[in-house]
This record gives sequence, C-alpha cells and structure tokens, in this order.
Amino acid sequence: MIKAIVNVYLKTGVLDSQGKAVHHALDSLGFNSVEDVRIGKQIVLQLDETDREKAMSDVTEMCEELLANTVIEDYNIELV
Amino acid sequence: MKVSILQFPGTNCEYDTEYAFKKLGADTEIIWHKSETIPDNTDLLVVAGGFSYGDYLRSGAIAKFSPVMKAVTTYANNGGKVLGICNGFQVLTEAGLLPGALKRNEGLHFISKHHHLKVQNSDNIFLKELSDGDIVNIPIAHHDGNYYIDEAGLQELEENEQILLKYTDASGAVQNPNGSVASIAGVCNKNKNVFGLMPHPERAMEVVLGSDDGVNMLKGFFES
Repeated sequence: MIKAIVNVYLKTGVLDSQGKAVHHALDSLGFNSVEDVRIGKQIVLQLDETDREKAMSDVTEMCEELLANTVIEDYNIELV
Repeated sequence: MKVSILQFPGTNCEYDTEYAFKKLGADTEIIWHKSETIPDNTDLLVVAGGFSYGDYLRSGAIAKFSPVMKAVTTYANNGGKVLGICNGFQVLTEAGLLPGALKRNEGLHFISKHHHLKVQNSDNIFLKELSDGDIVNIPIAHHDGNYYIDEAGLQELEENEQILLKYTDASGAVQNPNGSVASIAGVCNKNKNVFGLMPHPERAMEVVLGSDDGVNMLKGFFES
C-alpha cells in the first residue's frame, strides 16, 4: 500500500482571493509577520500498489486529468 | 429547430432553458447525462446551469467524465453548435471545449442579481441578433464566475473575436462583479460553434420578471 498526498494550489500569478482574505484577517489579528497566504486543497489517496515509480506516474496522470485544472492550478505529489 | 438540453445530477436550469427555447418555437429534449448519444437531429446542444455533482472538486470537473460528454465532444468537433450557461460554461472549459477556467469570485461571495453586459463581438451565430456595443441586462447567479485566462490566451481571444460579452454598467463602462480577466462574461471557441457564458439569458425571457433581453440572445441560434 502506498499513500499519495496531492497538494493543489492556484498557480503563482493567479490571484488567490481566499488566501488574500485570510491574509487580511491574520493581519487584523496582529500577525503582521505574514507575507503571503496561499490556500489550496489536499487530496489523500490510498493506492493498492507497491511500485513507487508506477504510483507516481499514475497519480501524475490523475492530477493532469482530474485532480488539478492545470489552466489555473499547480500540484505536487508526495508518496509516503 | 431541435434543442437538446443536458441534465447532470445537480443541474437545475434545464427547465428554465426548456421554457426559453420553447417560447422561441423550438422542440426541446432533456438528455440525462448517462446517455451515450445525443439526438441525431440536434441543432443546438445546451449544457444547462446548476451545480453538477455538487461542484465537488471544482465546478464542472466531474461532469466532464459523464458518459454523454464523449458524444458532446464529438458533436462539437464536427461543428455542432453548443451553448454552455453558467455551470455549463464551467463544464465546457473543464472539458477543454472552451479556453480558460472559472475561479472563485474575487469577493468570495455568491452573486445573484441582474447585471449589464456589453456585446463585444456579434459576428457569430449566437449574438447575431445584436450589434457590437449593445447593452443587455441579464441575471447572474454564481460563486465561481471569475474567468481566468493567461495573457497569451487573452490576446488570442481578442485577435480571433472570441470574447462575446463583458460585464459593464448600464452605460457600457466596465463594471466587474467577480474579478474576471478583462471583465469577460462569455467566450466562444475559435471555430465559433461552442459558446459559454456565466449570465443566464434563459432567465431573462419575460419583462414581468425583470428583463426579456435574453430573447434576442437565444434567438440567434434560430434561422433568421
């Protein structure tokens, strides 16, 4: 069993309105050291697979086809 | 004129769309998403608004894998006319039939109100009853209507006259409710047979309900 953790974020340069709103909220709470906030989503997949290379290429395909919209989003994959 | 209207789990504008096209004299048929075909005599295929699959993951992201979407893609690639309204627009961008993507509204709120739109390019079948610069007043109702396309893509849209409508005020000055790039409310593909917009022309068919500006928009698909 391999667990894959996929993080999906809006691309750099694509305005993240939620991140901006949270940044403002943190600022008004007095956390002035925050320079930037990006909000994304995490998708955790349990794979019935033992070959890490195969798992990586499968999950990459999943990201390209469904899990991320690559017009506006970037993703990274971590296998654990 | 035969209009086929797609229905996914969560679609909620199919009956308004049916009402609108029937009022204009079309035969309509609602097509459940499990169908692997669309009627042969379809003159216009409408991907109606709503919340297909509860907007899970991203608006329109799951719907693009519904059985019917293969037939939709084939139909569009063969030159068939397709109109995506609101969630339908999101589905068509997710499916790669229209350029760009729809993000969460810049102000993060769901927006539901009438909004003025300026016709940007009327040299296409959809907006042929209108002229460039015309202003229409059409309801918008969306959470993810913030149109995004990168700069190269925007330039391409402009050069090919693919921008259909922009959000404006009543005088035609830009007024952007949701943060869309270049205040874009609707676009078409390069071949000008696939159209998508966030506003709801099918909800603007009766003066008594606020506006009938949708009539001249949807009429474009009929033979003149």
